[in-house]
Amino acid sequence: MTTDLAAGEAIDFELLSVLDEGTRPRPAGRFSASVSHLYRAALRVKHSPAQIIDVTLFPAIMLLMFTFLFGGALAEGGTGEYLQFFLPGVLVTTVLMITMYVGMGLSSDAEKGVFDRFRSLPLWRPAAIVGPLLADAARYTAASIMMLSFGFVLGYRPGPGGAAGIALAVLLLIVCAFCMSWLWTLLGLVARSERTVTTASMTILMPLTFTSNVYVDPSTMPGWLQAFVGVNPISHLVTAVRGLMGGTVTTGQIGLVLAEAALVLAVFGPLTMRVYRRRN
Amino acid sequence: MSGDAARSPSGRDGPAIEAKGLVKTFGETRALDGLDLTVPAGGVYGVLGPNGAGKTTALRILSTLLRPDGGTARVLGHDVLADADGVRRRISLTGQFASVDEELTGRENLILLGRLLGFRHADAAARARRLLTAIDLADAADRQAKTYSGGMRRRLDIAAGIVVTPDLMFLDEPTTGLDPRSRNQVWTIVRALVARGTTVVLTTQYLDEADQLADRIAVIDHGRVIAEGTPGELKASVGSGILRVRVQDPAQRFEAVRVLTRALDADVQVESDPSALTVRVDDSERSVQALAELNRSGIATAQFALGQPTLDEVFLALTGHSVKEVAA
Ligand SMILES: Nc1ncnc2c1ncn2[C@@H]1O[C@H](COP(=O)(O)OP(=O)(O)OP(=O)(O)O)[C@@H](O)[C@H]1O
Ligand SMILES: [Mg+2]
Repeated sequence: MTTDLAAGEAIDFELLSVLDEGTRPRPAGRFSASVSHLYRAALRVKHSPAQIIDVTLFPAIMLLMFTFLFGGALAEGGTGEYLQFFLPGVLVTTVLMITMYVGMGLSSDAEKGVFDRFRSLPLWRPAAIVGPLLADAARYTAASIMMLSFGFVLGYRPGPGGAAGIALAVLLLIVCAFCMSWLWTLLGLVARSERTVTTASMTILMPLTFTSNVYVDPSTMPGWLQAFVGVNPISHLVTAVRGLMGGTVTTGQIGLVLAEAALVLAVFGPLTMRVYRRRN
Repeated sequence: MSGDAARSPSGRDGPAIEAKGLVKTFGETRALDGLDLTVPAGGVYGVLGPNGAGKTTALRILSTLLRPDGGTARVLGHDVLADADGVRRRISLTGQFASVDEELTGRENLILLGRLLGFRHADAAARARRLLTAIDLADAADRQAKTYSGGMRRRLDIAAGIVVTPDLMFLDEPTTGLDPRSRNQVWTIVRALVARGTTVVLTTQYLDEADQLADRIAVIDHGRVIAEGTPGELKASVGSGILRVRVQDPAQRFEAVRVLTRALDADVQVESDPSALTVRVDDSERSVQALAELNRSGIATAQFALGQPTLDEVFLALTGHSVKEVAA
């Protein structure tokens, strides 16, 4: 309802009463701010569920292709044995690939004004980044379950690690993925466009996964490559996940992975927050 | 409106914004070059300037999104650097570009902001419903924001800034690219905010918008304030008025220019309309004589008017270039 006061000057009384009711509550705390960002991520999935299929379709195709196309050639025991070897590796690759999405999401928020809106609120700043990462943890779990089920259908059988081993492997993977995500959040905030983020993260992640022990046993590689695969953190993660699923894991293997993950978090977490706060 | 609606929203006297010597450089570009700004509490303060003048940069610094390289600024008594959260608790900013998540619906966007601002979900939803009705978006509430028209998106953007009614609201070019109807809707929201006691600082490239909406205006160019005052003061600073004449026969315009130049001893400008002329005058008495002089020389005038200069003319006089020229 509007009433004309003078030519061209209208005061909207309905709006006025809405404005009068807009008293400020206490701003959301850390937990509730993070949950609200999680709510946002859930809404986005609701509007485009295809993004979930997106992230699992590619690895599923890889699993099929490697197992049946190259499996016979890559493992002495044929495709069945290769699947036992490859599934933990492809699980790691799948989840690590999903981590890249968080950087793309952040950079697209930053390109638009969405980030400015969030940053001008009196909130615990990391919530805008922790929230989406929490949403990602749910996505990692979903993707892991899908890959594992797919593996079972193809003939994967858990080793002596059993169900507990598999659960622990997925948990370790999610923890590592969470820590690694902070590399992409930094990239997402620094890069000028979403496309740059995609290209940059692919350029980092693809060679790292290929020069690891995901696809083939490093003992078949030339010495210099073996040396690199040996220090590649992704190999360490794959070894630990394989070990947990196969029941052969050592404390040292898990310790090494957790230490590397913590190091990544300790470096890129604060850097991300610094850039987020000071972004221009 | 009740009398206390116009009370200083900061609850104390003193300006809403006090900025001194703000400097911000991006590489080689000096976006702000010693910007001084004092915005009184209450009313609409217009920041007027061409593309690249530094309007957005100034607003981003004042709303704590950007750190200045030099200078100081206090917003509602809080220092933008030392007490950024204090500033954020009192202001809201609607930036130049869309600040909502376009994948979400209008309603979801407002609920999300309500929750972040501390409402429980049900309260946030109720608030969103009220706001959407008040800004005439109820019908589109459950559509993704990416399907909205420019005007609808702008209103949603502004609504996102008033989920909690701020004491000071920054609006960066709220009406750029909108049709007259949508522009009017935005103006209505601004007027309601002011009536409620919120200080509104808005940037614009439209002179008539600043003229109609703003109580005071700062004209900025190359990162500095080059003039400040009420629209009336700014116009008066340029000269007392403008004489506009249209001759009946365009062929006589040249002769008219000659006569007026002699009579008024001033530069006469020819307009794109082939029969129109304008000339700046300090003294209305002489304008009348000049018109009589035209008559005596046998030049028939179809129309004449003695008026205040427009802000566009003010801008031209201040900067040596017109706003449109730069904006083009
Ligand atoms: N992030 C940035 N990086 C580099 N240069 C920038 C950045 N932001 C602004 N600038 C430059 O600073 C100057 C002032 O920009 P600003 O956006 O404040 O102008 P404006 O008055 O808001 O212009 P417009 O009317 O186009 O919105 C411009 O020359 C612009 O190119
Ligand atoms: Mg701007």
